[in-house]
Amino acid sequence: MSVDDEIELRPGQKGKMPRLDAQRDVAQPKLSPLGWLRWMWRQLTSMRTALILLMLLAFAAVPGSLIPQTRIDPSKVSTFLEDHPDLGPWVRRLDGFDVYGSPWFSAIYLLLFISLIGCVVPRTRQQYRALRAKPPRAPRRLERMPVHATTHTAASSAEVLAAARKALRRKRYRVHAHDGDTLSADRGLLSETGNLVFHLSLLGLLATMAIGSFISYSGQSVVVVGDKWSNTLPQYDSFTGGRAVGSDDLAPYSFTLKSFDADFDKVSTGNQFGAARDFEGKLEVIEKPGATPVERTIKVNDPLDVNGSRVFLVGNGYAPKITVRDGEGNVVASGAVPFLSTDSNYTSTGVVKAADAKPKQLGLMAVFLPTASTDPDTGAEISVFPDDDNPKLQLYAFTGDLGLDDGVGRSVYVLDTSRLTAIKGSDGKQFTKTIGVGESVKLPGGNGTVTFDGVTRYVALDVRYDPTKIYVLVFALAALCGVTASLFVRRRRVWFRVTPSAGGITAVGIGGLSRTEDTQLAEEVRSLLMAAVPDRVDPADPVDSVEEKAPETAGGTNDEPARRHEPPGEGV
Amino acid sequence: MGVNENLAHLSNNLIYSAMAAYAVALIAFAIDLSGRGRVASPGVRQQEFGEGSVLTLNGPGAGGTELPRTSLAAGDTSSEKRQTVAIAVMVTWVALALHIGAVVCRGLSVDRVPWGNMYEFSISGSVVVTAVYLIALWRADLRFLGTFVIGPVLLTLGLAIAVFYTDAAQLVPALQSTWLVVHVSVAFVASALFVLGFSLTVLQLVQDRREALAAAGKPPLRGAFMEKLPSAGVLDRTSYRLYAVAFPLWTFTLIAGAIWAEKSWGRYWNWDPKEIWSFVIWVAYASYLHARATRGWDGRRAAYLACVAFFCLMFNWFGVNIFFSGLHSYAGVG
Repeated sequence: MSVDDEIELRPGQKGKMPRLDAQRDVAQPKLSPLGWLRWMWRQLTSMRTALILLMLLAFAAVPGSLIPQTRIDPSKVSTFLEDHPDLGPWVRRLDGFDVYGSPWFSAIYLLLFISLIGCVVPRTRQQYRALRAKPPRAPRRLERMPVHATTHTAASSAEVLAAARKALRRKRYRVHAHDGDTLSADRGLLSETGNLVFHLSLLGLLATMAIGSFISYSGQSVVVVGDKWSNTLPQYDSFTGGRAVGSDDLAPYSFTLKSFDADFDKVSTGNQFGAARDFEGKLEVIEKPGATPVERTIKVNDPLDVNGSRVFLVGNGYAPKITVRDGEGNVVASGAVPFLSTDSNYTSTGVVKAADAKPKQLGLMAVFLPTASTDPDTGAEISVFPDDDNPKLQLYAFTGDLGLDDGVGRSVYVLDTSRLTAIKGSDGKQFTKTIGVGESVKLPGGNGTVTFDGVTRYVALDVRYDPTKIYVLVFALAALCGVTASLFVRRRRVWFRVTPSAGGITAVGIGGLSRTEDTQLAEEVRSLLMAAVPDRVDPADPVDSVEEKAPETAGGTNDEPARRHEPPGEGV
Repeated sequence: MGVNENLAHLSNNLIYSAMAAYAVALIAFAIDLSGRGRVASPGVRQQEFGEGSVLTLNGPGAGGTELPRTSLAAGDTSSEKRQTVAIAVMVTWVALALHIGAVVCRGLSVDRVPWGNMYEFSISGSVVVTAVYLIALWRADLRFLGTFVIGPVLLTLGLAIAVFYTDAAQLVPALQSTWLVVHVSVAFVASALFVLGFSLTVLQLVQDRREALAAAGKPPLRGAFMEKLPSAGVLDRTSYRLYAVAFPLWTFTLIAGAIWAEKSWGRYWNWDPKEIWSFVIWVAYASYLHARATRGWDGRRAAYLACVAFFCLMFNWFGVNIFFSGLHSYAGVG
């Protein structure tokens, strides 16, 4: 042991910082910087630190479920900030809206993984050596082992050892004879191997996820029935790519949404009435330019696999077909407009922006009711079922400046009314009108007409490309196998020793040792001895008076009879 | 696809019958625990098995060539025949049969696995707890645990009927997957094992305290029934074995859930409240297992960690389903 080693152990042993006063310096020399580093490394890689970091990790993960997270639902974060004007900014400062990407959360798991490396690497080296080494020599006094027994037999040493070897092999022990009168055996090295595999797999899992965040991409897009979509950046409504992803990396496939069917519960009562039962989209997919189109189906649990990426059906809604004519009778907007569903009965809202309308720009805000009915309490028209059984469109119109010319990106689902004037009816209130399919409404003040041509549906798609996910799965499964092996395989060592004595009698000793707490070790040692020495004799008696009592069979479930023979208070 | 109303009704009636049977079993278990149960023949106070296992053969006083068998049976008087607890176990079997019948009828009434909402999760989850307990009885004598298993099961069924009840119906599209069967069934078994483990851990902590008091020369005044139970050490080891089985199963639940999430939502991990809490539970039980291997943290401290982990599990079961909205919002309550 080097001087350095001797010194660095001290603070660790005492669990306190070394004092620097002159007196103690004599007894306890100062740590060199390297010594300190080593000491800190030992602290970090100790089991206790790992345990505390684990508990911290569990604790630190909790706030993410209580506070809305930007990566999951940005709109909820905005609502939270509005509702809590005092608390909100503090939560933001502490990265409370991005817990799982925050420095403090990362610090915990990175420290944990560093601690894990520091613990696992030396253990892997040790395990490698253990796997290559022979089972160790028998201790000189087997009776010092936690489980041990001796017996006597008339069989020869060689016979006993051969039988013992066979019994050990059958229980899948590694057996080695270091000399002529002992047998060394061990088993369960898989336990430690499994433990190491578990920890290394967790490391692999984290590394793969990190690589994945560099080379994967994902994006969302809304596609109306009948439309064609191709995998190019402009087609995405939102797109998130890893740092290594460029626009050239998008696989050149395309598809047309041929149809989309939704099925809702019409038979149940209570809160299950109207619940969604099935969504199915039919796609015509062109895998790469020039390929023949193929029919494919997309469902909620059944994504489309195309050219290395996956397309998921994550949402759907109605896209009313609306035609807008301006005051001069020209068509200024026409086609299906995706509306956002706001409740379980698909009451949806949407906007139409007619920038070319004359005399002024025209903006429409509309509420779509797939199955409109009059609420008996309020008299208002509401949607009572998610299917389009009685589609109605409630219209509100605005004129003025749509705010599209200032170069700032605007959501297609929101009408910025700050520079718009609501069109009023003859009663002076805001004009509104509810129309059915095929009906038109003339906007007051000669501002034009709106026609509700029909209803179609759209799907919200999530496109994902992540080539690393399969490796994440492999590492996760390896971790599962590893932890199972480490928890269920018992690591044991067993030694036999034979000592020939007078009168042709051989004394047989057995000792057992377990690395972990092992309540069945005694049972194992007992059955091994029984198997190795089937004919036992009492050394006090002559050989011919061997008791004829058959040994209890090992592994039985009912141990009552054996216990009955036991003198009370002894033997266990 | 419709709903078979008759079967749904039958299922509800079977739940009520099962609850009645559970109530009887619970009372019988409690009587046995209190020491007032009928015992056929007076027995000897049992010694603990598995501790200080020194085998001696042909040693002084042992005589003969028979090796004493050791047993892992967690603490019961070997030569005592407790009639009350035998009745309790029998009635629990009857209750289990009724309970299974109810779950099966519920499933048949809608032609799918009955794991679509909180009510169905509760009745299915509790049936697994009872089943796992009765199966565990074959391997180790855990009859003293009956009160602490049947009590929670009965409570869960009561909550299910009174608070979470939802009429039988078909599944929403997100749940229509074979992974539902894989993911949820394994989660049930793992949770059931965690429940049994927790009951043992609580008893262990009580026993540990009693032992500490007794060692300090102040024998505890209350809870005399605890004397019939195994020592804190045996309870600790038995609960560890349950947790050791449950932990890989919980790991599998997470993996299966991630595979399903990837298929359904496009991401294998979404930090959805249910996922967060499942992760917290996993880390908490990992801490427990880790603590048991750390010097100074085994025994009582590890037991506290197991309790914390269990509260996380319960919060994930009840709290997250009711208070949080997320991708796992299938509970059909509120």
